[in-house]
Amino acid sequence: MKIVVCVKQIPDPADPGSLDPDTKTLKRDVKLIIDESDSYGVEMALQLVDAAGGGSVHLVSMVPNREVSGLRTALAMGADSATLISDEALAGSDALTTAKVLARAIERAEPDLVLAATESTDGYTGVVPAQVAELLGLPSVTFAKEVAVSGGTATVRRQTEAGYDLVECPLPALVSVTAGVVEPRYPSFRGIMAAKKKPVDQLGIADLGLEPGQVGWAGGGQEIVDVAAAPARESGEIVTDEGDAHERVVAFLDELKVL
Amino acid sequence: MDFEWSPVAEDIRQGIRKLCAQFSDEYWEEKDRNSEFPWEFYDAVVAGGWLGVTVPTEFGGGGLGILEASVIEQEIAASGAGMNGCSAVHIGIFGFDPILKHGSDDLKERFLPSFLDGSLHISFAVTEPDAGTDTSRISTFARKTEGGYLVSGKKVWISKALESQRMLLLVRTAPRDEVARPTDGMTVLFAPIDRDRIDIRPIAKLGRHAVDSNELFIDDLFVSDSDVVGAPGDGFKVILTGLNAERVIVANAALGIGRAAIARAVRYASERVVFNRPIGQNQAVQHPIAEAQTRLDAAELMCLKAAWLFDRGQPCGKEANMAKYLAAEAGFFAADMAVQTHGGYGYAREYHVERYFREARLLRIAPISQEMVLNYIGSRVMGLPRSY
Ligand SMILES: Cc1cc2nc3c(=O)[nH]c(=O)nc-3n(C[C@H](O)[C@H](O)[C@H](O)COP(=O)(O)OP(=O)(O)OC[C@H]3O[C@@H](n4cnc5c(N)ncnc54)[C@H](O)[C@@H]3O)c2cc1C
Ligand SMILES: Cc1cc2nc3c(=O)[nH]c(=O)nc-3n(C[C@H](O)[C@H](O)[C@H](O)COP(=O)(O)OP(=O)(O)OC[C@H]3O[C@@H](n4cnc5c(N)ncnc54)[C@H](O)[C@@H]3O)c2cc1C
Repeated sequence: MKIVVCVKQIPDPADPGSLDPDTKTLKRDVKLIIDESDSYGVEMALQLVDAAGGGSVHLVSMVPNREVSGLRTALAMGADSATLISDEALAGSDALTTAKVLARAIERAEPDLVLAATESTDGYTGVVPAQVAELLGLPSVTFAKEVAVSGGTATVRRQTEAGYDLVECPLPALVSVTAGVVEPRYPSFRGIMAAKKKPVDQLGIADLGLEPGQVGWAGGGQEIVDVAAAPARESGEIVTDEGDAHERVVAFLDELKVL
Repeated sequence: MDFEWSPVAEDIRQGIRKLCAQFSDEYWEEKDRNSEFPWEFYDAVVAGGWLGVTVPTEFGGGGLGILEASVIEQEIAASGAGMNGCSAVHIGIFGFDPILKHGSDDLKERFLPSFLDGSLHISFAVTEPDAGTDTSRISTFARKTEGGYLVSGKKVWISKALESQRMLLLVRTAPRDEVARPTDGMTVLFAPIDRDRIDIRPIAKLGRHAVDSNELFIDDLFVSDSDVVGAPGDGFKVILTGLNAERVIVANAALGIGRAAIARAVRYASERVVFNRPIGQNQAVQHPIAEAQTRLDAAELMCLKAAWLFDRGQPCGKEANMAKYLAAEAGFFAADMAVQTHGGYGYAREYHVERYFREARLLRIAPISQEMVLNYIGSRVMGLPRSY
């Protein structure tokens, strides 16, 4: 079984970056690391390959600046190989463009299953996986909590507001997983040393048959017009206990429909 | 001049940091309070394949240098594990060097596999009550007998002896007054810790309680000829080989404790409000924190230089000793500062800085005292008359 995992490399969330005032996008000239959201996909892929008794895990990542450290982390966890798409022309790509680029790279790997996270930690539009599935004509299963594969079929427990859906779909398919579904292993020393020798295929957009005009700022159908600070949170309601505090708290929660 | 970390060193830092993050300050406080060896941590280090990082690849190790080993040691200490974490594993990570450099093929074949899989625990047994820092005056004696030696004598401060199956034991095989130089006539044995022949008594001490240090009373312990490391009589040389590396590595333990202490001080100084302002706003509180960071970062530069020289096979006695000195001082300054920043709570176990303080203190004494480091620099580097 061959699984492709989308791995986004992002600025370290512990070290928040800043916005570029000209492009109104996040500055990405800093060191990038693996998006923790994607470490769940990597772990799930490794477990599925184990359960299937064999196969391989291939990573696909798109970045503006040739960064590979996030890919190395995933390779050290146990993934087998990676494709990095990096091209100056990609700067400013929106979600759909990102999906187009990823789709072309995924297609080349001819996977049985594609895994992505539900949403990234830095951009969190949460639309890329479904777009990739649509572009590749694959079934798209979202919010996966559990995934099992057998005989050309994926069975997915998908989280819903009310509980779970149990979904079956034929392979190949794209499944996006939620955080916390599995406990991502941390890279072992052996894994780190082995990762040094694993192949990372570096591609530009021309390798994927794309033109500069189709990607980046030029290819995107949207423009960021303005960025504004989120409004400060209004101060909450203070309940002073005059013997009926519990009733007022219950009434308040009732109004929010959280009870 | 290049201050860029290699990708492997970066990955190692992230990997060991993630491993250590599973063991909280509370875990270490409990192990320290109960004087319990941190087996869960040890097993996680073994499972992650972290033992034998510096063992050459042809022997099945990681083939990396002291620079990477330093990263590991510093990260372990900085995670809050301090010396309890470092002492539990660091012989396992670097301790096989004397055998790799001087030992017979037979010794390597018999012991490398169990060393690399973590099942073989080793102690270093050099210090003696009546010799102290003056190593040539050790009196533990190995008498030649059929097929080996019979060893008798006393050792003190031998760490991890309760867990270890073997020790690198420095003994006299010829009396000091019968050899040309005082350091001649000593031999290193890879001796079995045979409890029928060795009485082990843990020493009650100030800190690092999770790892025992012991008195050893050795009575006619048999050590086979095949367990001699290097040539008989060359023991001092065998012991010396690992010293520069050890200095750099323990220096990194000191830096790590300093980092853990500073992180807690920064957090506490920002959160604790007295006189209507966070205490960290007062320069009398803020400046020592900034000074601790400055001292620590400066000490780290010397550690890096020493490791860089060592890994290129260049002489590094001066730098390794200076690194140990500077890092031990900087680590202790930081730990003491963190206790002070926490006020009364700094004295409470709950805030962990008192544990860092007790452990940082150790590194000014062992494995070599600050005075002996300065002796080395004064006489060997600067040509002043020798006192030792
Ligand atoms: C309104 C808007 C604002 C934007 N602002 C910025 C900005 O400030 N700075 C900037 O650089 N870009 C910006 N972009 C571009 C955007 O961050 C990404 O390049 C792209 O749109 C992916 O979006 P996302 O991270 O929200 O994906 P999501 O749909 O949230 O991602 C879900 C999953 O898809 C996969 N995935 C997504 N992107 C990649 C990738 N590149 N490589 C591998 N796998 C991936 C991962 O598994 C990820 O967890 C913006 C786009 C839009 C539409
Ligand atoms: C927790 C702990 C764990 C240890 N683990 C081990 C271990 O596993 N294996 C092992 O072999 N040893 C171990 N040691 C021993 C340690 O290496 C020694 O304690 C250290 O080298 C100092 O020796 P000493 O205690 O005999 O001090 P002494 O030699 O008695 O010195 C006492 C003081 O006098 C100073 N001094 C002595 N001579 C001079 C001089 N000429 N000039 C200036 N100052 C001088 C010293 O610096 C020191 O401050 C450990 C010690 C401790 C505390």
